[in-house]
Amino acid sequence: MADYKDIIASCKDQKGGIIEAFHALQQEFNYIPREALTEAARVFGISEAQAYGVATFYSYLSVEKRGKYIIRMCESAPCHVAGADELLKAIEKELSIKVGETTSDGKFTLELTECVGQCQATPVITINSEPLFNVTAEVLPQVLSAYK
Amino acid sequence: MITLTINGKEIQVPKGTMVLDACQQAGADIPTLCYDPDLRLAGSCRMCVVEAKGRPNLMAACVSPAENGMVIETESPDVVESRKIILELLLARHKLECHTCERDGSCKLQDYCYRYGVTDSRYLNEMPHFSKEDPNPFIKRDYDKCIMCTKCVRVCEEITGAQAINVEDRGHHAKISTVFDGKLADSTCVFCGQCVMVCPVGALTSKVSAGKGRSYQTQSVLTTCTYCGTGCTFELNVKDDHVVGVTSVRDSELSPVNKGALCVKGRFGWDFIESEDRLTTPLIKENGELRPASWDEALDFAANKIKEIKAKNGPDALALFSSARATNEENYLAQKLFRAAIGTNNVDHCARL
Amino acid sequence: MAEEMRVLLEYADKINPEIADEYVKIGGYVGLEKARKMDPNDLIQEVRSSGLRGRGGAGFNAGMKWSFVPKNAEIKYVVCNLDEGEPGTYKDRIICEKNAQALLEGMAICGAAIDSNQGYIYCRGEYPFIVKLLKNAIKSAKELGALGDFNIEVRMGAGAYVCGEETALIESIEGHRGEPRFKPPFPGVAGLWGVPTVVNNVETFACLPSILTNGAAWFAGIGAAKYPGTKVLTLTGDTNNPTYFEVPTDYILRDVIYKLGGGVKGGKKLKAVQVGGTSGAFIPESNLDTPIDFDSMGAIGAALGSGAVFVMDETRDIVDIVSRISKFFEHESCGKCNPCREGTFRCREIMEKINSGKATQKDIDNILLLSRVMKKAALCGLGQAAPIPIESTIKHFADEYARKIV
Ligand SMILES: Cc1cc2nc3c(=O)[nH]c(=O)nc-3n(C[C@H](O)[C@H](O)[C@H](O)COP(=O)(O)O)c2cc1C
Ligand code: SF4
Ligand code: SF4
Ligand code: SF4
Ligand code: SF4
Ligand code: FES
Ligand code: FES
Repeated sequence: MADYKDIIASCKDQKGGIIEAFHALQQEFNYIPREALTEAARVFGISEAQAYGVATFYSYLSVEKRGKYIIRMCESAPCHVAGADELLKAIEKELSIKVGETTSDGKFTLELTECVGQCQATPVITINSEPLFNVTAEVLPQVLSAYK
Repeated sequence: MITLTINGKEIQVPKGTMVLDACQQAGADIPTLCYDPDLRLAGSCRMCVVEAKGRPNLMAACVSPAENGMVIETESPDVVESRKIILELLLARHKLECHTCERDGSCKLQDYCYRYGVTDSRYLNEMPHFSKEDPNPFIKRDYDKCIMCTKCVRVCEEITGAQAINVEDRGHHAKISTVFDGKLADSTCVFCGQCVMVCPVGALTSKVSAGKGRSYQTQSVLTTCTYCGTGCTFELNVKDDHVVGVTSVRDSELSPVNKGALCVKGRFGWDFIESEDRLTTPLIKENGELRPASWDEALDFAANKIKEIKAKNGPDALALFSSARATNEENYLAQKLFRAAIGTNNVDHCARL
Repeated sequence: MAEEMRVLLEYADKINPEIADEYVKIGGYVGLEKARKMDPNDLIQEVRSSGLRGRGGAGFNAGMKWSFVPKNAEIKYVVCNLDEGEPGTYKDRIICEKNAQALLEGMAICGAAIDSNQGYIYCRGEYPFIVKLLKNAIKSAKELGALGDFNIEVRMGAGAYVCGEETALIESIEGHRGEPRFKPPFPGVAGLWGVPTVVNNVETFACLPSILTNGAAWFAGIGAAKYPGTKVLTLTGDTNNPTYFEVPTDYILRDVIYKLGGGVKGGKKLKAVQVGGTSGAFIPESNLDTPIDFDSMGAIGAALGSGAVFVMDETRDIVDIVSRISKFFEHESCGKCNPCREGTFRCREIMEKINSGKATQKDIDNILLLSRVMKKAALCGLGQAAPIPIESTIKHFADEYARKIV
């Protein structure tokens, strides 16, 4: 595993780039660990309270530990009419978790999202930001089984 | 100079004047929640909205520069409707308990609800909960009364420089917090209480003054802080001849040194006044025991000792160590006494440490 | 008229957007070359007279916006808005995927006009693959020397619709919470890091190369006179053809749905169409014969917005959809100003109450009152637009509400 200090240092030349650093940290850890947030605040010359304010503002950033794969279910209107509600229920059932929770094996975290800009193939879910199209309850188990 | 019309009255103001100031000059009282003349503008509470002819939306007076020829109404039906609804929205998330609130009588939310006749909120439904215990000895943080004006965040950043708090999360989940929503004591907070000073409602209050009297029950006595030579001005809040709190004086004419800002000692440390442990007379140590003495006796005693030491061991056997609680003038006199009358340069001061 | 007109997407899938050379072969970077030889004032005037208006929603004349940038400022920035958060919209992604070099060229043209050599592209966090594509495209263009001394950096958002608002976007690039600033000052005067900054949408920038190559008059002659050019639309919902199209701006909405879209799915009847994304008004069947351009849409109380076209068939439950939309705004409000932070929250509550059949006429009155105040008093466009779907459906689809209230 890469060291969080190196990850943050690799972004330090981007003026105001703390969000880039947060992305890079999440790429590695799937969330922003506390000590990394403190370090990022130091490197980018802002207070910890400010860094925390930024990290909690954006819905793709998390200061809480998450699973290996983050499933996001789009619930914006086009996906909504295409059956997002039923698909969400199917995902919750399949993984035995509710929105915001992580499976006990630490593999999947389930989150909601607004439109991810793939509305040509609704309903859409993303897994670690990779969009999956026209997902239905029937194909769901097969889709998820690809994530080991 | 530019000319604009406010509530039918034509006034002239210098270019660059904000609509808010222009309105005030025209005698219009504009309600504000997030505006503070000493802080970065936010333009966020929208209480100060006014109507400018020809514009589709209302404008926030505090962040809008006055323009030549503007025609402004400050209490038009649209303006009043907006202010009322904003107050109703704030009430819908507010733990309304004026009967026990420290800020009853000095609360902007209360004042504006009174002014606009807002008795309750048609949007009352789910009541969000933001408050969390913070066991520090000075500041009560009751965010169920917070109206999210962010003045506390700005004052902490811009005047104190502690940057202890910020807005966490977003939308209606947004709230004021320290890093990882912890306790003030675990943050960079220095307990200056500037946030308490600027809070327009009862969200941030002094624990030291809690239950001891509200603004309309106390008298204000303008005074200077005795803790250090900086000489910050503030008002002591006095009830039945007892000091029950400290209020900042933000008027720079009255408070040129600190303009309302204080440190933890000045703002929260006034309870020494009636402390049991407080010294009320000088003490002289005899046979290892301290006994009360009169000022005359104590001063004579000290003067004689000083003379005795000087005669025996020379002036450099003596040293002056003076206190930051003395004023600059007193410190000046003290060093003068030692240099000119006693004849030593052994002079030091606790603020140097 | 039922044909697409492809200008931005003419070479879609025929060239690799990451490779500048391929773009040059089809006439790319000629516009920039021309722009560089022009006097900046003439260049701004050329863009202005083309009539190109912002494709990000507000429809402001691009050349006019550039003309507000102070000439004497030492540092200025060109910022491209690729936040594309409006649900149902993915046209900026398509433009990048099909013709990213045109975007880069357009930004450099803007740089030549306002004398800036630094551009930023703010790409939404949902598009990491586009970030990658753009970085490669920039590298290729730089290697070819096509951009000259104009540099472009790509920055990523992190899941906040409000960061599409230009001042929130600027805050976000600066590494802050994405809260909009009050205006004035406008970004053209004090934007990114306090210096003059032009913010334009991807599609706006991508229009520029062809304007320079073919001349302002050519562009001004396409589509609607007051909002000329083409527009990329994305069709979603109950359509037979859920994809993107590029059409001249005088294209009729009915034709978008029935000709390009092949009509309503399953041969059903149309109930409503929402144009411009989730903040747009719901348009009833009776207004379908309206051209899609900015002003025509405005005239029927709707907005072209991002160019998303969301089709709802006769079986759709309008109240349920609006209820969902109200949750979008609740989730996306930045929380800075009172009318929107609290208003979007209460709108969602009331819409859910109506949707669950527990509301009365009083609730409708309350939500309309709240809507009015949000529109008038919110700080930014998010809070001002959030009530539009609610108001427009209460107006045009009153019986859908009547059916649900007690
Ligand atoms: C809430 C909100 C979201 C917005 N989202 C976008 C967006 O995703 N993309 C965009 O180009 N403009 C968006 N805008 C408009 C921008 O503020 C700005 O007007 C635009 O980027 C200017 O570019 P243009 O003149 O080329 O259209 C949004 C505005 C608001 C109020
Ligand atoms: S903060 Fe103001 S409105 Fe709220 S309980 Fe206290 S006095 Fe009443
Ligand atoms: S007491 Fe002072 S340092 Fe602490 S949060 Fe308040 S303003 Fe900041
Ligand atoms: S705690 Fe007080 S000062 Fe701080 S945001 Fe809330 S109401 Fe404003
Ligand atoms: S209108 Fe909404 S999004 Fe815009 S500043 Fe206000 S709270 Fe933020
Ligand atoms: S609405 Fe779900 S991807 Fe756009
Ligand atoms: S006082 Fe003007 S917006 Fe708050």
